[in-house]
Amino acid sequence: MFEIHNCAPQFIQQLINGVALGGLYALIALGYTMVYGIIELINFAHGDVYTLGSFISLSILGLIPLATISNPTVLGLIALAVIILAALLCGIIGVLIERLAYRRLRNAPRLAPLITAIGVSLILENIMQIWKGNSEVSFPQFLPDHWHQIGGVRFDDRSLMVVVVSLVCMILLNFFVFHTKLGKAMRATAQDRDAAQLMGINVNSTIAWTFFIGSALAGVAGFISGMYYGTTFFLNGYQAGLKAFTAAVLGGIGNITGAMLGGFVIGIIETMTSGCISDQWSEVAVFAILILTLVFRPSGLLGQQLPEKV
Amino acid sequence: MLNSLVTWLPFGLSRYTGRQVLFGGFIVLALLLLPIVDSNSSHVSAVADAGYILLLAFGLNIIVGYTGLLALGFAAFFAIGAYTYAFVASPQLASPAHPDGYHVSFWLMLLVSAAVAAAFGVILGAPTLRLRGDYLAIVTLGFGEIVPQLFQNLDKWTGGPDGIAAVDQPVLFNYHFGFNPTPYYYLYMAVICICLVLLANLRNSRLGRAWMAIREDELAAEHMGINTMTAKLLAFSMGAAFAGVAGVIYAAKLSTISPSGFDFNMSIMILAAIVLGGMGNLSGVLLGGSIVAMLNFLILPQASNWAHAIGASVHSTFLMNVDLTQYRFMLYGIILVLVMLFRPEGLIPSATVRAELRESMKSPEVA
Repeated sequence: MFEIHNCAPQFIQQLINGVALGGLYALIALGYTMVYGIIELINFAHGDVYTLGSFISLSILGLIPLATISNPTVLGLIALAVIILAALLCGIIGVLIERLAYRRLRNAPRLAPLITAIGVSLILENIMQIWKGNSEVSFPQFLPDHWHQIGGVRFDDRSLMVVVVSLVCMILLNFFVFHTKLGKAMRATAQDRDAAQLMGINVNSTIAWTFFIGSALAGVAGFISGMYYGTTFFLNGYQAGLKAFTAAVLGGIGNITGAMLGGFVIGIIETMTSGCISDQWSEVAVFAILILTLVFRPSGLLGQQLPEKV
Repeated sequence: MLNSLVTWLPFGLSRYTGRQVLFGGFIVLALLLLPIVDSNSSHVSAVADAGYILLLAFGLNIIVGYTGLLALGFAAFFAIGAYTYAFVASPQLASPAHPDGYHVSFWLMLLVSAAVAAAFGVILGAPTLRLRGDYLAIVTLGFGEIVPQLFQNLDKWTGGPDGIAAVDQPVLFNYHFGFNPTPYYYLYMAVICICLVLLANLRNSRLGRAWMAIREDELAAEHMGINTMTAKLLAFSMGAAFAGVAGVIYAAKLSTISPSGFDFNMSIMILAAIVLGGMGNLSGVLLGGSIVAMLNFLILPQASNWAHAIGASVHSTFLMNVDLTQYRFMLYGIILVLVMLFRPEGLIPSATVRAELRESMKSPEVA
């Protein structure tokens, strides 16, 4: 059943794996936290947009004759282009989902859009199931991969890429939210939608942009997860989405820095549980954290306690 | 004449008009005759399996429909009920002292499992029911993920991913139910009828009205002197008890259970059933549950067969190998989205739920 191994020797190694996984969760968590911050909706379909990102990247990569290209710079540029394209397409899909499924219910009781979001998630999963089938799909490993050794710790370019890409996205997002006009509009809409509208902010387009950015980040996560794991699967987004949501809640939902922190914490906890106990307990550990956070500190690590709106 | 007869009916049925009672009676009669008329035991089995969907829908309806708490991991209580029965009614827990394991009576376990599931409802509810609606949804979802995982991981007792086999089947006055679906069919019908009477009375009781007050406005309900915490806990535990009963009959009919039968998909199927039929309204829940169960157990497998036949005649390999049951969650997803967007009160709405939902939709939209 379970026994606790002595995992001290691989502690640092697990920590590094955890950081890479955490970067992925953090990218997905950002989308949850931004959407929740602005319209108080748990966008259940967000995890599936992430998987959609990996599927879209896979299809784009299928169009490129990768085997004929050997120049690493060109391959790197191709990867960059695919990331951007996947992000754009996922962003557009996110906006469409908001427009078609959520906007109508913006003033309905909160359970209504949540139930709709679950429905959208099921629909996306099934579309992807029809698209790529019932089994794991392999993802082309076209970037050259090197292993690095520092002390007793080994890591490869792929984990490095996950961490770098997620950090760059987070820095860009932080700059965007806190130093641009649209970012300011988002924060204003999140604080008080009616007041923001009175100040001349186009609330609908601000919310659409929020969905665009959140979903684009999920698209980026989809691409790098494909590169990192080498496979993708139509149901991946369900578990990954729940874990990323846990990260967002742990960090304090609505709080962008919190989502990043939560993502790394959840990633590290998951790999530590896998390493020190066993794989099959890592999910139980993550969901136990989710429940405990919500029960004992619903505002999360960095969030503020808000009084319930009457 | 009919209406004056109705006033004498027991169990709160007198609230209904003569025509409604007649219609209901007709359906009950048709269902009673079905196993006699239709000798195809797979049909009877499919209709019997609708029984646990309906029981689960009743339970979830108390939590989501009456009280307005969104619980997403409802299948966990179903799992708890099924495993509780399987532990004490199979060779699973065999030990030197009890070489055959335990074999407690099915009928006793119907009540015990309901109580155990209700207790877990309280255990989950007590710390979490303070949370706001959508947080509660996620906590219950997490619970719904953890419970089957635990049953899978604690393989020393639960048989791991393979689950528990050779679960006892009910015996009534020396009549062995066995694998014949017909007795289960009547058992489900009897249990559902008892539950319907219970629920119809519960809804109009002091507690039922308290639930609906909480659904409409929790703060106002609290100010009116309702102990909202107790009422919500009761909703959770009663809903869970229904799932516990459903779990026992499910385990007994299949005679084997495994953790994969109680995953998120099961919870979603039940949610789709009550959303489609009409949350908070018993007739709606009956209809929604029946539609979803029929789609699941009869229509989609049947439609796949037809597709295979058509595929064979037009030489389409796609049609010949298509398995429509794989895509049933697409259907449930579409049901959830379309119903919420265009008819949030469901097919047969409860008047108060409709008023609540339409009222809030009318409020001026942010342009």
